[in-house]
Amino acid sequence: MPVDNYLGVPLHRPKVAFFEFTACEGCQLQILNNEATLLDFLSLVEVVAFREAMTERSDDYEIAFVEGSITRADEAKRLKEIRKKAKVLVAMGSCACFGGVNQLKNRFNNNKWVKEQVYGKFPVESEEARPLEDVVTVDLNIYGCPIKKEEVEKIVTNLVLGKSVSHPKYPVCMECMANENICLYKMGEPCLGPVTRAGCDAWCPGSRFGCWGCRGPADAANVEQIISIMEEHKFSADTIIDRLECFGGFKKFAGELKKRTAKSKSKKKRAAK
Amino acid sequence: MKISCDIKVKHLSRVEGHGNIHIKIKGGRVTEAQWEVVETPRFFEAMLVGKKWDNAPWICGRICGICSIGHTLASIRAVENAFGIVPSEQTRKLRLLLKHMETLQSHVLHLYFLAAPDFLNTGSVFPLIKSHPDVVARAARIKLLANDACDIIGGRRMHPTTTVVGGFTMLPDRCKLESLKRRLEEAVTDLHRTAELFRSFPVPDFVRETEFVSLRGNGEYPFIGGDLVSTDGVRMKEHDYKKMTNEYTVARSTAKWARLSRESFAVGALARLNNNFAFLHPAARELSESFGLRPVNHNPFMNNIAQLVECVHVTLESIAMINEFLDNEWDEPRQAVKHKKGKGVSAVEVPRGILYHCYEFDSAGKIVRSDCVIPTGQNHANIQHDLTELAAQSASMGRKDAEIELLAEMLVRSYDPCISCSVH
Ligand code: SF4
Ligand code: SF4
Ligand code: SF4
Ligand SMILES: [Fe+2]
Repeated sequence: MPVDNYLGVPLHRPKVAFFEFTACEGCQLQILNNEATLLDFLSLVEVVAFREAMTERSDDYEIAFVEGSITRADEAKRLKEIRKKAKVLVAMGSCACFGGVNQLKNRFNNNKWVKEQVYGKFPVESEEARPLEDVVTVDLNIYGCPIKKEEVEKIVTNLVLGKSVSHPKYPVCMECMANENICLYKMGEPCLGPVTRAGCDAWCPGSRFGCWGCRGPADAANVEQIISIMEEHKFSADTIIDRLECFGGFKKFAGELKKRTAKSKSKKKRAAK
Repeated sequence: MKISCDIKVKHLSRVEGHGNIHIKIKGGRVTEAQWEVVETPRFFEAMLVGKKWDNAPWICGRICGICSIGHTLASIRAVENAFGIVPSEQTRKLRLLLKHMETLQSHVLHLYFLAAPDFLNTGSVFPLIKSHPDVVARAARIKLLANDACDIIGGRRMHPTTTVVGGFTMLPDRCKLESLKRRLEEAVTDLHRTAELFRSFPVPDFVRETEFVSLRGNGEYPFIGGDLVSTDGVRMKEHDYKKMTNEYTVARSTAKWARLSRESFAVGALARLNNNFAFLHPAARELSESFGLRPVNHNPFMNNIAQLVECVHVTLESIAMINEFLDNEWDEPRQAVKHKKGKGVSAVEVPRGILYHCYEFDSAGKIVRSDCVIPTGQNHANIQHDLTELAAQSASMGRKDAEIELLAEMLVRSYDPCISCSVH
């Protein structure tokens, strides 16, 4: 049933707008993919701008849901304008929260080479991929690549009701064990579940696919823990780094691990000499 | 005769990604008719360099939120082709079933949420919730079914998790497949009602001779792998995809354009149908005929109807495939993968047309070079030429500004462009 009151008190339907920057638009689509509950969701809020779904648009909104990372000057400018108008700015998905897969190109530290690799000599404007918080203040992050619809609904309901929103501090493993999944390490597959922030209900391990850390680090995660997992289960540093750097949330950790493996490699080389 | 107009649509709505339309008519002559793509590029082809093979499908799925399953499967096939892995018949069928469900989901999203509002005089599907509740409920029902199917087979509806090089991490639950089959059978009625709805919409009368490119079926309507074909008589092997696409850059677009025998060509449901009409399920073919849609049809607005026909085709074929699954014993879901140096190409028909992925690996199984050619990228030039023709026609017919603007928007929407995908 659509909700128009809470405990008998009529609800204020906040005006919300959706915006996208450099992204696959998958996170926005997850909202439309909510067929079963989409109508309830729409009764909670008043959607005033959602270009992927509607032609009408208005600049009068309270909550802005922003998808994607920032890779061009015009995007940064537009984001700042959105920030001015919105009371609450929500970063939606890994691209917006951490740079997402887009930030994988940053690892080359050579934007010119990146552009030439794809466009040759044809001039295109593109900078490093940045998360929203590098450009404006973000009030709330919704993690995931893609975001999980149940979580978005919970967060939006809380926003509408004026309740605070908090994320789990514990790792994906907790959810995975609660769901009684077979642990991927037992099948010889890598998984970042021990260090990744929960909230997705162990989405990937639930279908026997190891976690790639799309939601970023859990509160207690640290590099030593990652290295000990790697050594205990005999995965190469490359395998772990691929996962750590995939979505941008573990940027610090991937950098640190790269530094350490480079050191130990050069040590080994020296020892060999 | 139309004397003058100046139409500017910035960030066209109800399409995936960012594109602009400009039409300028002065003294009865079209001085400008432009389709501009302003989407920010993401550089997937560079990102992949140096990454191990298992990263490719997982990362490349993120090229597109709408057809992430298609990208993932295209990527997997390219890796498998490079390593000489031949998927088992069970894997092949299960992948096709998964793809069918994405096609159904995507086509229904486009038909109801993106295209239909133009015919029902609203700016979006949202007002229809009040004015046409049965229509919206039906759209939601089919979409939900297709999305649930993707969850059951692919692990989730977007950026799937069970699909890996070598097969699947796990097989779907038998009971769930059974209930899926029942829901698909019910969906056939919903699709017929959808056909009635679209029959009540006037298709703009617009024809421009076009070359249509797609996979060529070999006994079945093609979706995953096979020969490449065009209605101008070109035929090529999958690995010659570059000669089929001939990508080039143009100033007004961050997406690359493509051409083959003419200045442009079209891909998508209409192209597939034009090239493979005989392989459609008989009921789908009959539906197509009832709309007067027969090969070779050169009206781009008929792409909507071709999508509808494909919805019926994939639904009926999926029911048959599930029956077969339920009748058979199941094999192991996954085969071992041994990487090797080499190059792999794959061509896969995703909802918006033919998609190519190509990777080159070194002996450590790391990507040295990668290339993706996206359906909407191949369509941009054709959209441009259609738009020029539509503007000229509108000028000579003396259409009103609002009418030209709506027609131009509808034209672009009928291609169901996925712009952010085309600027990967
Ligand atoms: S976070 Fe993932 S799903 Fe969301 S827009 Fe970015 S790539 Fe797409
Ligand atoms: S599969 Fe991954 S998330 Fe689940 S228990 Fe094992 S390590 Fe943790
Ligand atoms: S399991 Fe890991 S990669 Fe998968 S959704 Fe959860 S956090 Fe993201
Ligand atoms: Fe490309």
